Amino acid sequence: MPSPAPLPKHLTPLPPAAARPASSHRAWAFLIDIAVFVSVFAVIFGIYSIGRSWLGPVKVEAEISQNPRSLPLYAMYSLVRILVAYAISLVFALAYGYVAAKSKRAELVLIPLLDILQSIPVLSFLPGVMLAMVALFPSRQLGVELGSIILIFTGQVWNIAFSFYSSLKTVPRDLREAAIIYRFSRWQRFLELDLPFSTIGLVWNSMMSVAGGWFFLMACEMFVLGDKDFRLPGLGSYLQTAASNGNTRALMWGLGAMVAVIVLMDQLIWRPVIAWADKFKFEQVESSGNAHHSLLNFIRRESFLIRMYRRILHPVVDWMTLKFASGAKRAAETFAAPQGARPRRWIGWVFAGLGAMVVVYGVYRTIGELAQLHRADYFELLRSAGITFLRVNLALLIGAIWTIPVGVAIGFSPRFARLMQPLVQLAASIPATALFPVILLFLIRLRGGIEIAAMLLMLLGTQWYILFNVIAGAMAIPTDLKEAAQVFRFGTFDRWRHLILPGIFPYLVTGMVTASGGAWNASIVAEYFHFQGRIVKAPGLGSTISSASDAGHFNVLLASTLIMATVVVLINRLVWRRLYRLASTRFKLET
Amino acid sequence: MSSVSTGVEPIIEARKLEKFYPQPDGNRIQVIAPTDLAIYPGQIIALLGPSGCGKSTMLRMLTGLSPASSGSVYWHGQPVGGETPNVSIVFQSFALFPWMTVIENVEAPLEARGVAEFERHKRALRIIDAVGLDGFESAYPKELSGGMKQRVGVARALVVEPEVLFMDEPFSALDVLTAETLRGELLELWLGKKIPTRAIFIVTHNIEEAVVLADRIIVLGRNPAHIHAEFTVDMAHPRDHKEPQFVELVDQIYRALTRQDHPEATPAELQGILAAKQKRALMLPHTRPGGMAGLLEILADQGGHADLHVLADELSLEVDALLPTVDTAVLLGLLKLEEGDAIITPDGEAFAKGDIQERKKIFRAAVLANVPLLRQMEQALKAKANRTLPAEFFQDLLDEHFSEDESRRQLETAIQWGRYAELFDYDAASGKLTLTEI
Repeated sequence: MPSPAPLPKHLTPLPPAAARPASSHRAWAFLIDIAVFVSVFAVIFGIYSIGRSWLGPVKVEAEISQNPRSLPLYAMYSLVRILVAYAISLVFALAYGYVAAKSKRAELVLIPLLDILQSIPVLSFLPGVMLAMVALFPSRQLGVELGSIILIFTGQVWNIAFSFYSSLKTVPRDLREAAIIYRFSRWQRFLELDLPFSTIGLVWNSMMSVAGGWFFLMACEMFVLGDKDFRLPGLGSYLQTAASNGNTRALMWGLGAMVAVIVLMDQLIWRPVIAWADKFKFEQVESSGNAHHSLLNFIRRESFLIRMYRRILHPVVDWMTLKFASGAKRAAETFAAPQGARPRRWIGWVFAGLGAMVVVYGVYRTIGELAQLHRADYFELLRSAGITFLRVNLALLIGAIWTIPVGVAIGFSPRFARLMQPLVQLAASIPATALFPVILLFLIRLRGGIEIAAMLLMLLGTQWYILFNVIAGAMAIPTDLKEAAQVFRFGTFDRWRHLILPGIFPYLVTGMVTASGGAWNASIVAEYFHFQGRIVKAPGLGSTISSASDAGHFNVLLASTLIMATVVVLINRLVWRRLYRLASTRFKLET
Repeated sequence: MSSVSTGVEPIIEARKLEKFYPQPDGNRIQVIAPTDLAIYPGQIIALLGPSGCGKSTMLRMLTGLSPASSGSVYWHGQPVGGETPNVSIVFQSFALFPWMTVIENVEAPLEARGVAEFERHKRALRIIDAVGLDGFESAYPKELSGGMKQRVGVARALVVEPEVLFMDEPFSALDVLTAETLRGELLELWLGKKIPTRAIFIVTHNIEEAVVLADRIIVLGRNPAHIHAEFTVDMAHPRDHKEPQFVELVDQIYRALTRQDHPEATPAELQGILAAKQKRALMLPHTRPGGMAGLLEILADQGGHADLHVLADELSLEVDALLPTVDTAVLLGLLKLEEGDAIITPDGEAFAKGDIQERKKIFRAAVLANVPLLRQMEQALKAKANRTLPAEFFQDLLDEHFSEDESRRQLETAIQWGRYAELFDYDAASGKLTLTEI
């Protein structure tokens, strides 16, 4: 198809019609969703059964020092876990996104799978993954370390993968064509087109992922299962131990170290990286207000990094590019037509068949496990799911109620925004799970303290997403609309009803989607916690999951995890996705 | 089509090349009718036609970027596929990699061909010098003006010493003066034999550009794209816009572009084209009624009669941009075209002079008389007790005749027109059309 003709200026283009569902694909997509979802069940079962069967021989104890002197070492431990998990996530996400974007058949499965994996609360796997890893590596340290890394990885990989995938899908046609006509090899295309084009999205999503990683890391480091102490030396366990012992001095030191690590990471890693990524902005004209960074300038001047790049990385990459180029040339000479397609398709079918068999077996075993539970058990599970549902949504509501007015106030006033932005960012960067022991310390003596603490944890873990998005939404409301509201003398009520709420709606929905997922995750930590040598718990699905893993009730653990995953996926599908569609059609501010 | 068979072997030759999209119901959407085309050494060929007529698709099939639905492309007599032809493309949007400097952009195609770093650098510098980019080697594209960017595009295309240089509307994103300069520079490289390129194939919608540059001009017609006329330009360079021969040729091409019939087609080809036309549903030009009103007003002010060429000039538009609006007015019977002149009809006159309510009335009558789709929509809505139907219903009808994108645009246009004619209301949130009761 020829691209649509550019319209002359006096004939403004027609507005795009509302997205039209491709009805013929719907049935297919549904089947694929189901198949994918069922396979996820099977994988969950796999993780748990490995965990259960190797449960026995694990012997663990953990010694966490409370001396502030050990903090730098602990901070480093935590940082290494985060960075290793991030590195694995990045590589995996690049591969996943690349395959999903380049292979139509893989795309059919990988993208719905990504969607589901993204919405499943990762922390519900915490017990299973930890047990499996400890069992896999009898040397305790390695197993638990790997467990925490895997968990952080599962928490942060999906949005990076999705970002890469959607970047690849939106590479402009002319650039793609230029790469083809100038005979770029796959490698050169990846290096000089795909990767640079995706860099900005990758950077922002990496920042979000790593921030989320802290949340999971803290939970992992504090993890205690029944009488097995899986705690890892790190900032999370330090804070937890300090709070458990009521050691306020250590607590302050710990929080200080946490903030310091996060601020340093921001200043030393993310800021320079963002400034550097500016080069990859896809724009034809240089925009004003370019990101500059003194550290980056310093690096760019003659420095070790630059020399490393010139001497080592550049020649290696160049050599590889030439190697691939000659490889492509030889391939073009030897094969007239692509002949390798047939056996590959055959292999694909074999793999698909094997995969299907594994899935069927997993589902069969899952059903077997689930059948052991009685109706009363299920009733109990659904009741606790209901309680957690209420708690999560109450937390969201409270979050929305305070963040909307504050966010709009910040967004409408540039001066206020400049003042508040760093404060809010700092507050948001402290992982809620790190604060949880501190909150408990103060609330534990109150009646219903754990209830309040659980809500607070959910709030802390989620309100920032809403706040940031509301601020962005308020800032995006065009000045002329605000002026129109003024000219027509809208009262406060009308101003909110006709201008502000519709204006921030798409942003609000985006924030709430993320917040909802975060709150469900938080429920697992928040409702059940080992503290001061005993267990504090509030009724709910999260607490059911944790206590089932404590007690080794495998089938309850499996059932409750599956229920939570199902509930979250259903809420996403039925509520958030619809609101999202509404936001992107009716409430989209278009110029 | 018998082209200038000089006895020379063509570099690239297309035989019965066509592009269509098969539909599930067995019909096909024909984008390009079977076309023969040859590129001979030593020529600049211009492919001329209105936007959206399939020029770019043609270029992409000739270069092997886009597969042909039927027919084949030969490269020195060998079918393209086993062997990749040595060609380059200069893109309308420049298609430079924004994260690479000028020299990196120019070196990238050499890198892809396995040229080692030192040699690569040398060759890139030489061509950068030739296109006048000296001193800009380490600049990023976003620091450059449009003209400089396209110079990089040309340098990148020439650095691989292509046998044929393809250019896809290379100067249309530039301002008039810059475009003129770049055209001059291109001719200088070509005529001065400073580049080893043996032929240039340029796609454009700008008639004067084609006449300034080309030795052969191929005019494409629309729906589906087909070769409509061909002109040989026998003028020495540099060609002067004011020269009578130049003006005469531009005028001839104008007439060819706006003519509705197919004077150059053989009877058999003509029959094929007509059959294809009948099979296809009437295609609405994508314009708003407001734009057409403006055109009719201007025309009425000028006594109801004007040369399209002149009209376009006055509006500082290219004829190409004016055509959809003209097509709309012609389709609705408010305008007639005769030999490149636009003549307003009595209905059109009334429309131009009327106030908004009268205009809507005329528009409504014209639409119902001339646009089968809107007539169908009205009847379908009338047949329903609640006078309401989902827009999707009509979308499905349109899908039988058009590609998915096109059918969506067709429906959007139909809804715009129907709303203006007050035939029906459309609620975007529910996607429902409701008949307007009078």
